[in-house]
Amino acid sequence: MGYGSIEWWAFFFRWIHIMSGIMWIGHLWYFNFTQAPTVPKIPLELRPGVTKFILPEALFWFRWSALATIVSGLVTAGLLGELLPALIVGIGEKSAHVTAIGFGMWLGSVMAFNVWFVIWPNQKKVLGLVAADDDAKKKAGRTAFLFSRINTVLSVPMLYCMASIHFY
Amino acid sequence: MKNPLDSLGKTVALGFALTVVVVALIHAIGAV
Repeated sequence: MGYGSIEWWAFFFRWIHIMSGIMWIGHLWYFNFTQAPTVPKIPLELRPGVTKFILPEALFWFRWSALATIVSGLVTAGLLGELLPALIVGIGEKSAHVTAIGFGMWLGSVMAFNVWFVIWPNQKKVLGLVAADDDAKKKAGRTAFLFSRINTVLSVPMLYCMASIHFY
Repeated sequence: MKNPLDSLGKTVALGFALTVVVVALIHAIGAV
């Protein structure tokens, strides 16, 4: 494998994919394992420290690393010639490797969709970046929370698929 | 009825349960 070869570029984009994926899922798990259970225990007067300062910054890195993970993953799969077989989860290929990466891709894609088109639009209402009354803010917060939980559920099999491709 | 996703433990347990389903599908489709 020489520098600049297709294999090297596939490795390069996999490296980017792993780094951005760690940033994305790291933030997802921070929201679910650390922030969500802890914020209700914080005295009301101190909560703006989280909601006005930490949360907007965390959501910035969260959503953009999600996009970077998807793009770098698609480029990696394309360079390896696995993109189209993986999109149909390896049906007809009789290759557990392609099926595993296909399920990982679809799970990750659903998660990224949830980030950009459900969690982030609802968090914008919670943060006051778009106009919303108190009821709408409460409802938006609940929706964002539940989809963040759904993404945490999906992250477990998604990471199994990603980590197991050298086993299958 | 309380949503199981309100519980962090149940959320993680659902993740592992879904993994079992995905592994079964990998075996079925991938002909392991």
